[in-house]
Amino acid sequence: MIPSTLEYTKATSLDEALAAVKAGARPLAGGMSLMPMMRLRLAAPGAVVDLGGVPELVGICEDGDEIAVGAMTTHRSVANDPLIREHCHVVAQAAAGVGSMTIRNRGTIGGSLAHADPHGDLPAAILAAGGAVIVRGSGGERRIDVGDLITSYLTTSLAEDELITQVRLPKGAGQSAYAKFHRRAIDWSIIGVGVSIGADGVRAAATGVGDHPTRLTGFESVLNAGGSLEDAIAKAGEGLSPLGDLDGSTEYKLHLVGVLAAQAHAEASSR
Amino acid sequence: MGQTITVTVNGTAHTAEVEQRTLLVHFLREALNLTGTHIGCDTSTCGCCTVHLDGETVLSCSLLAVQADGHAVRTVEGLEQNGELHPIQKAFHENHGLQCGFCTPGMMMSALGVIEQHPDASDDEIREALEGNLCRGTGYQNLGAGVRSAAVEMARN
Repeated sequence: MIPSTLEYTKATSLDEALAAVKAGARPLAGGMSLMPMMRLRLAAPGAVVDLGGVPELVGICEDGDEIAVGAMTTHRSVANDPLIREHCHVVAQAAAGVGSMTIRNRGTIGGSLAHADPHGDLPAAILAAGGAVIVRGSGGERRIDVGDLITSYLTTSLAEDELITQVRLPKGAGQSAYAKFHRRAIDWSIIGVGVSIGADGVRAAATGVGDHPTRLTGFESVLNAGGSLEDAIAKAGEGLSPLGDLDGSTEYKLHLVGVLAAQAHAEASSR
Repeated sequence: MGQTITVTVNGTAHTAEVEQRTLLVHFLREALNLTGTHIGCDTSTCGCCTVHLDGETVLSCSLLAVQADGHAVRTVEGLEQNGELHPIQKAFHENHGLQCGFCTPGMMMSALGVIEQHPDASDDEIREALEGNLCRGTGYQNLGAGVRSAAVEMARN
């Protein structure tokens, strides 16, 4: 189908983009989620502002003990970046598996977080790594841990006039991995699990288990108390109740959480 | 709202006024009459509408025509030169890499997206590049063989 009538502007600076968003325009990042929603008329913004012409939103650089990733950096760039592959592997691996090559050429890290799909891979991977976002709006700039960013289905704690400008990835998450299960190569993950083994212990997070990416606290606490991997896997689904649907029952999805946590942990340990 | 855009398609600059909500695929098919780029789904799933934007594969159903303003687009119509089939077209023909042909334009553009940049792409890399292109007929084996054979031919030239 054809999207509803809209007014399109292309911002050439962050200030221009913020002004447009403040005036009510919907930010258009890579468009890999928003455009299909507009075509299906699930979304019908009266105005969109294209962020594709804002140079300060693109790029990856080292900044102290973090890697700063511009919000408009594509999945392809994240997946191929040597810094991220080495120091925050779980995120590079998740980015490499998003959709198809054609989708990774356009889809962006900031767009994935702002869209907040309950089956998105990037939010869970970044949560497992312990990442954060920098957002800017008329109230200035602030930092939000990814765990506090996504609050429900397609819903974030961003204010109406705020944009994600940067994703901050910790450099201490090199020993990490992402494992997911889906039916066809380009399908959304039914369940995906990221595991990071860092100086502060094990962090794990899953997608597909509820309305937002969720830490696997049962799995983490067993391992961080020196327990066995077997016990940790048994506790991986603790506190979770993924909705049963056409992709599988609640029990099946909880089983997947354990299987994928074990896979991601094994791969992270071997790195 | 209308906007005048100039898009270079297969080497020729086209200037036209489009509604800002017009998808690139509709601009190609309806304004330029380049109907080789197909529409197979409404969910960014099938890959039939794959074209190149400044050398990278994109889904022309998930891009507004105004986003291509000032950029270069290549479609399946740009492959044949002076009556000579492009190596990827020859290879699809010779390897029976198509059945009904509906997915073929997108399949070839996605394949070129990898083998033009990596002529020595492995079979796994080729399969990965075609992940986003669905075919109901070939079973994919002959498609992979066609792409491999085109890569070899293109490296030779």
